[in-house]
Amino acid sequence: MNQHASINRRDFLASAAGLTLALTIAPERFTGMDEAMADTPLSPNAWLTISPDGAITVVSPAAEMGQGTFTTIPAIIAEELDADWSKVKPIFPPTWDEKKYGNPEYGMNFQTSASASIRGYFKPARLAGAQARRVLLDAVAAKWNVPVGELSTEPSTVVHKTSGRRIGYGEIAAFARAPAELPKIEEKDLKDPASFRLIGQHVPRVEVPLKVTGAAKYGMDVQVPGMVYAAVLQSPYPGGSPETVDDKAARQVPGITDVVKLPEGVGVIGNTVEGTQAAKNLLKVTWSSNAIGAHLDSERALEEFAAIGRDKSRDGVAYAKEGDAKGAMAGAAKVYRGEYRTRYVYHAQMEPMNATASVSPDGKSAEIWTGTQAASGLLNEVAKLLQTERAKITLNQHFLGGGYGRRGAHETVLDSVRLAKAVGKPVKLIWSREDDIAFGKFRPMTAHYIEAGLDPKGKVVAWHHRVVAESVIAYVSGDPTPRQDRIVMKGSPIPQYPIANKLAEHVIERRGARVSPWRGVGNGHNAFAVESFIDEMAKDQGKDPITFRLELSEGVPRMQTLLRAVAEMSDWKRKREGTAVGVATMVKDDTLSAGVAEVSVDRATGKIKVHNVWCAIDAGIAVQPRNLAAQTEGSIIYGLGHVLREKIVIKDGRVLQSNYTDYEVARMSDVPNIEIKVVSTNNPPTGAGEDGLPVLAGAVGNAIASLTGVRLHELPFAPDRVRGALGA
Amino acid sequence: MVAFTVNGQRHEVGVDGNTPLLWVLREHLKLTGTKFGCGIASCGACTVHIDGQATRSCAMPVSLVAGKAVTTIEGLSPDGSHPLQKAWIAEQVPQCGYCQSGQIMQAAELLTHNKNPSRAEIVEHMDGNICRCGTYLKIISAIQRAAREG
Repeated sequence: MNQHASINRRDFLASAAGLTLALTIAPERFTGMDEAMADTPLSPNAWLTISPDGAITVVSPAAEMGQGTFTTIPAIIAEELDADWSKVKPIFPPTWDEKKYGNPEYGMNFQTSASASIRGYFKPARLAGAQARRVLLDAVAAKWNVPVGELSTEPSTVVHKTSGRRIGYGEIAAFARAPAELPKIEEKDLKDPASFRLIGQHVPRVEVPLKVTGAAKYGMDVQVPGMVYAAVLQSPYPGGSPETVDDKAARQVPGITDVVKLPEGVGVIGNTVEGTQAAKNLLKVTWSSNAIGAHLDSERALEEFAAIGRDKSRDGVAYAKEGDAKGAMAGAAKVYRGEYRTRYVYHAQMEPMNATASVSPDGKSAEIWTGTQAASGLLNEVAKLLQTERAKITLNQHFLGGGYGRRGAHETVLDSVRLAKAVGKPVKLIWSREDDIAFGKFRPMTAHYIEAGLDPKGKVVAWHHRVVAESVIAYVSGDPTPRQDRIVMKGSPIPQYPIANKLAEHVIERRGARVSPWRGVGNGHNAFAVESFIDEMAKDQGKDPITFRLELSEGVPRMQTLLRAVAEMSDWKRKREGTAVGVATMVKDDTLSAGVAEVSVDRATGKIKVHNVWCAIDAGIAVQPRNLAAQTEGSIIYGLGHVLREKIVIKDGRVLQSNYTDYEVARMSDVPNIEIKVVSTNNPPTGAGEDGLPVLAGAVGNAIASLTGVRLHELPFAPDRVRGALGA
Repeated sequence: MVAFTVNGQRHEVGVDGNTPLLWVLREHLKLTGTKFGCGIASCGACTVHIDGQATRSCAMPVSLVAGKAVTTIEGLSPDGSHPLQKAWIAEQVPQCGYCQSGQIMQAAELLTHNKNPSRAEIVEHMDGNICRCGTYLKIISAIQRAAREG
């Protein structure tokens, strides 16, 4: 390729990347460029590039944290492009341009959470693939001078049946160029699902081979020339700032070069990880204590939350409201009441929080290396911190060593930027596991008060669920104005149980804890409370728990299908020796699941053993059924820890747990046999990364109640509590 | 100066003898496949082999490795073709993947001593390795597959 061509190629690539689905006017016309274009890649639109050798790079805008979207989104595009999947190489976005690649579920932001990626990208990805295919077809039709209607595609090949001619996508890329005006594609132009080759099949995840050789790169693995290391001692409670800093001992550690005050911490800079970690622990810092979180005592607060739950004179923020729940309750023939509690729980993602940053000498540009669930938020936050334009911030996205909601927050990113700016070198900031817990952000602890009213025939006609908890939305946004909290309250509307009069309200408490979305968000605690309560009603009514739920879910056939599925999978009616089964359901953003757990309990120790879990899930069209099952299974195991043991206790604002030794997540020996049934239905695909978790706690608690007659009202079902409840 | 071999290659590193092997491997030798998870030998993400024995590198002072042979995930096989690596792909074990280097190194030690481990033996051997994504059942299947297919 001559010099002239290579320059033009750069120009072309820059412009081609500007083509979008929405933009139908070409950025530029390339006249007299046909020769120069030979052997250059073709970008039919912003989502993909085809090389003359047939290789296809496809943009996958979501973070990859184990949920598989790095494969699934390109597979959806490849499906409509009719690409040979073996030729497809997913890439993270070449530019963080929300207009091109943002998730419509998040107002076109780069945000990977709440299982919203396939929900948000399914349609745009299909349209993008179909549009690119049309560009190829049009180019071939023009070249061969045949009507485009006579052309069809086979994987990565355009075929003209009448003449028997065939041409590969790579060969097309060698001569074709994106048209001045991109073809408009509508839903009717998309493939008939009956002809799907990738959607609904098993496409092995593309990054898995990298994850068995150590080659996959996480933020923790970043090495930048000239970088130094940092550790940060953060305020032990939110909002505390360093007042006095005694760094004499810290500076004695070999290799320590700088100690830097931060808004909510003190940073130590040095030339080794181990040196900075050791030095950080030698800092003596006093913290401002006027922050509300400095006084939090979680044990006392939870008692207070429970009392607030019972006090119906205090209204909460309504999250779900149908009919007149209070009026119907007052007129009910019979009213049931129940109370449940859950504790702060920690993400415990395997990769502790970390980030690497480099800041330009003028302090107005920065480059970041990390793994984030919220690229848009990260870029905006860094630009705001440096008081600069966002275009001057570069983000290098990496694989995430676990997300679960934790990597939507960017403390290490912002501190690494501050420190890099302070010392004038790239800084790699690593939190220790102890830091990661002490400065963790937790699913809020909750107290639930539920009432249900029945008419004289025993039909549930009124439902009132009060959730007393801090607001994650208020914490994350920094705006304490009470409003609907879709993190805490998700799962409370219970559409699987159409009850005429319903009220789910969030009584918002402010205690100053760092709170966060967690895997399964509000469904985790809400489904525990709701499904425990439903079982208590069923028992009082003398009804089988599944039969009772089938009655309650009358009119919601998707849920009834799942209930019948788990009844069959678990052989629900079978008599068991020493074990019992319990059932629970959940609905989260139009994904439905039902689960049955089989458990036993050692009455002497109070230790619960979960033997089997059967779960059926309906997330609409199952785009990748095998991965969907793996996600459901994984989320059940993630949830198992918080059913059995996980609990964060906060005293005087300080987190009392310190590592995996006293924050005990599920290990292999805890894990039951798990059987997942993926029920693919002809509905738009919805979330599937966390939908086994919410049913587990209710199913286990209900099984324990069935086995022992004792109802456990609080998570976790720790052995000492279980023993106490059983009166052993 | 501490001298030892890593994946068959001799290294001399000039670090304090108390430095955990983990940081020597990751930050000095740039072998980042071995992961930092907890720093107290409680999660297994940092598992490597020292003279064939699965060891938590985060709690192993480098001075104690002098003269020994260290194998990391990068050196388990030249091209990712160890039976466990192939089985891990076939079973699609990893989700986030961060713990999997340690899981594979831990499992490799098991298969060295026990060609056909029972499920109970697998669980006992692997119980010190945490996977927060919850891939334990896939790990069991993959170890069984590797034992079967060799």
